[in-house]
Amino acid sequence: MSIRVPRGYSWRMEGRMPERVFRTEGLTKVYDTGGVQVHALAGVDLELFAGELAVLLGPSGSGKSTLLNILGGLDHASDGRVWFRDLELTGLGDRGLTRFRRDHVGFVFQFYNLVASLSARENVQLVTDVSRDPMRPEEALEQVGLAHRMDHFPAEMSGGEQQRVAIARAIAKRPEVLLCDEPTGALDSKTGVQVLDVLREVNERLGTSTVVITHNAAIRKMAHRVVYFQDGRIKRVEVNETRLAPAEISW
Amino acid sequence: MDALDRKLLRDFRRLWAQALVIALVLACGVAILLTTFGMYGALEETRATYYERNRFADIFADARRAPASLLPVIRGIDGVRSAEARVVEAAILDIPGRTATATGRIVSLPRGGAPELNLPVLVAGRLPDPEAADEIAVNAPFAAANGFRPGDRLSANLNGRKRALTITGTLLSPEFIYTIGPGALVPDSAGFGILWMPERAVAAAFDMEGAFNNVTLKLDPSATQADVIDRLDVLLEPYGGFGAQGRDLQQSHAFVDAEMQQLRSTAMVLPPIFFAITAFLVNMVIGRIIALERSEIGLLKAIGYFDAEICIHYLLLAVLIAAVGTGLGWAVGTWLSRALAGLYAEFFDFPFLIYRASFAAYAISGLLAVASAALGALHSALKAARMPPAVAMTPPAPPRYRSSLFDRALAAMRVSQPVLMIFRGLLRWPLRSALSALGMALAVAVLVAAGFFTDALDTIVDKAFYQSNRQDAVLSFTEEVPEAALEAVANLPGVLRVEGQLFHVAVLRNGPHEKRVPLEGRYPGADLSRVVDEAGRRVDAPPGGILLARRLARQLDVRPGEMIEVAFLSGRRETQRLRVSGTIRQYFGLGAYMDAGFLNALNRQAPRISAANVTLDSAALPDFHGALKDIPALSGITMMDDVRGSFQETIRKNVTIMTTIYITIAVLITVGVAYNGARIQLSERARELASLRILGFTRGEVSFVLMGESMLLALIAQPFGWMIGAGIAALMTSGFTSDLYAIPLVLEPAAFARASLIVLVAALVSSLIVRRRLDRLDLVAVMKSRE
Ligand SMILES: Nc1ncnc2c1ncn2[C@@H]1O[C@H](COP(=O)(O)OP(=O)(O)OP(=O)(O)O)[C@@H](O)[C@H]1O
Ligand SMILES: [Mg+2]
Repeated sequence: MSIRVPRGYSWRMEGRMPERVFRTEGLTKVYDTGGVQVHALAGVDLELFAGELAVLLGPSGSGKSTLLNILGGLDHASDGRVWFRDLELTGLGDRGLTRFRRDHVGFVFQFYNLVASLSARENVQLVTDVSRDPMRPEEALEQVGLAHRMDHFPAEMSGGEQQRVAIARAIAKRPEVLLCDEPTGALDSKTGVQVLDVLREVNERLGTSTVVITHNAAIRKMAHRVVYFQDGRIKRVEVNETRLAPAEISW
Repeated sequence: MDALDRKLLRDFRRLWAQALVIALVLACGVAILLTTFGMYGALEETRATYYERNRFADIFADARRAPASLLPVIRGIDGVRSAEARVVEAAILDIPGRTATATGRIVSLPRGGAPELNLPVLVAGRLPDPEAADEIAVNAPFAAANGFRPGDRLSANLNGRKRALTITGTLLSPEFIYTIGPGALVPDSAGFGILWMPERAVAAAFDMEGAFNNVTLKLDPSATQADVIDRLDVLLEPYGGFGAQGRDLQQSHAFVDAEMQQLRSTAMVLPPIFFAITAFLVNMVIGRIIALERSEIGLLKAIGYFDAEICIHYLLLAVLIAAVGTGLGWAVGTWLSRALAGLYAEFFDFPFLIYRASFAAYAISGLLAVASAALGALHSALKAARMPPAVAMTPPAPPRYRSSLFDRALAAMRVSQPVLMIFRGLLRWPLRSALSALGMALAVAVLVAAGFFTDALDTIVDKAFYQSNRQDAVLSFTEEVPEAALEAVANLPGVLRVEGQLFHVAVLRNGPHEKRVPLEGRYPGADLSRVVDEAGRRVDAPPGGILLARRLARQLDVRPGEMIEVAFLSGRRETQRLRVSGTIRQYFGLGAYMDAGFLNALNRQAPRISAANVTLDSAALPDFHGALKDIPALSGITMMDDVRGSFQETIRKNVTIMTTIYITIAVLITVGVAYNGARIQLSERARELASLRILGFTRGEVSFVLMGESMLLALIAQPFGWMIGAGIAALMTSGFTSDLYAIPLVLEPAAFARASLIVLVAALVSSLIVRRRLDRLDLVAVMKSRE
């Protein structure tokens, strides 16, 4: 099933052709564990647009993370094709995918994945060390409101703060896309809202295309588009005419 | 600094204890390699330079008395570049202020002054005046040990005439880098000296005008040594030649060679053990770190670090450990080299020591250290680099425990939960457990081997000094003398008992095998100097046959009952075929024994002796020595107490150094393996152990699980260590066996027990240190941490 955004629709620049960031065609991922084949993705056709904030919703095991991993170049597809702009990811080897990640993608994970032995600033620096046109780490941390915690180590920060460091780290390279897998999954609702606020900020101010996976249906209200997943397929796509600010969302 | 480098340094700092322990093991390997390598190079280069500069001869030959006219003929042998004839004699010395007699070797200096070959180095004073009759130069160590300075005097019994000699200078010679007096086992600088004396004076004193009894040759590089030796033997044959020898059989050269050989085998055997253990420990530690840092590795991959960068990151951690180990190793090695150089200075008399802080030795030891650590880390680092980025994001699956036959057996035995945990832990990483046990087994083996050496030396001392040689002194005569001379000896003050001994020199041949040996004629019933079999019984050589040391028989490839050819180089110089009547196990030299009566009969002569063994009344020693100095025809005297004393002294010193080194080595290995093993177990089992604590187990019960595994491995290691150690000991006995001596394989239970005790205590202390960490474990933090 192919879901296409109506032609001419744009959430930022009304009336202009939306620029495609990602496009997938018949994307399939099959895991083979001990003779049992699991179709994590069973033919996904999807387009994601520049500047868009999309939310991926769906039951556990429906293939959301698998999709995100393939889009972000963390994993290879079993079948089908994926393009990032004009670059066909499905044609790249490990080295090409690494370059792609290094140059274009920012990741935010459920468990933050901060390096325990590095301070907040150094965790961000990990990215700025290898990117082409990064922000200063301090600037990235300011963006997420952590200018005052720069020299703290992960163990000295709350979960929400750690996740904001992770976001700072993801945006510091000025990525074109930000891929977030359950960024609020390990947080309480108040901290979750703060983190989502940061994501919205980044999306609006920097124009970074953002994909957020969540189990929390309430979060869909902040998205431009909501993609519903089920059994490795896209069930439907909703476009939000009006979006709520994270602060207005409660769960 | 890059954030990744900062992570590297912080990880390293956090791991400091484990890293340090590994670095110490590595440092040991580096230090030993550096020292042995460095000293080997130093000895080789020093000796080569010394030989070159001072024209050390290639071939050495003794004869009874050859005419001077033979020398040009010898010079004419194909391949001989130069030849020098000398007169070499033995003398009893009377040193002012020393009660005991000393012996000396007189070496003639050519009429021109300085020799052409084996050129001595003048250390102090001057060479004797070629025309002077009573001037000598002595070897520097002899002068130093006796406090001689140029101008001092000593008296010597030259061919039966007592002469006062003036020392004009002290010398060192490439011929006497290592000097052992007749009958001694280790150098005794005070009791044995080399006396260089002008040829004219020596010839006059020993009746050798126009003749020589020793010749040394230098060959063209293209010459074939064996051919020249054969030619020379033929030329000297009519003049009582004793058989020419190459450098390999020259005493001083052979001893330096043996030392270099030992350095080389140490360099080949020990460092690889340390490097291998380092690789294993690094592998264990980095493997664990990578298991713990899966999500961080995933993160690095996600943000675009290349596989190579991640691989290098973990390799660098190993390189840091190697760097610390190398630094320590270099420091210790430099110090050790210096200490060893000092020890060498005691034994080896070089006029200089070329010890370049050999860049190559430092570079090679450093490179090997880095390589072994990197090799240890490589497997894990590559695994990290190859982790698919998506999989790295998910936590590792819990390790799979399978219910095995073993489990069911344990269950049937109703062992407690902690015991079950210990066994499961061991079996969960079978390779790691096996390698840990192997590491500790090696530590045991090193100690067993070191202990064996001590016990073997004790056995040698007991056999050589208390069973075989029970005389207090050996008096050697210049020439064979009639048996009646024993009466004169018996009349010396303090002599309690006297027995005669007869020596010949012969070449033993069996087919292609031949060997020049001293042949001892034994008088039946002789009880002071005995030939003793393994059971400690005296063995007499039966008339009509020849008794051989087992090593000699093996070299000649003969068995008891077979015939060999005996070509006498002394006496009538006839060749006989004799039956090998038996073989006997001996530790020193390559002995051949015959019945003295039979020997005299073969030579068609009345009973003669060449040495007298005596026992002495210790109260009369000064009188005994006083009388000896005046006996003509006496060429040497060996005081067995001195021989025994200096041998044991040397051994004790060496054994103390060796034991210290080997215990250090074993403890380092054990601590390296046990400490790191326990730390890694603690890291892997922190949650499990914390859960036990939360369930109400006491600290003691919980640490039982942790320490139980370490100690069980240490226990398992023991029998393997014993076996490996016994194997090494067996290798050492065959490896160290030479013409000079053999080492018996003596394995005492006490040596095994001592080795095990040291290793078990070291393992226990290591796991107790880790236990302290377990006691301080923050239960809440552990349970909260995600893994
Ligand atoms: N490495 C893997 N090996 C085998 N099967 C896998 C693997 N990763 C995912 N799967 C399977 O693929 C399917 C999709 O997994 P995926 O992680 O994409 O789901 P998800 O939608 O992200 O679920 P959740 O909301 O629980 O995170 C699941 O059935 C899962 O069991
Ligand atoms: Mg998921």
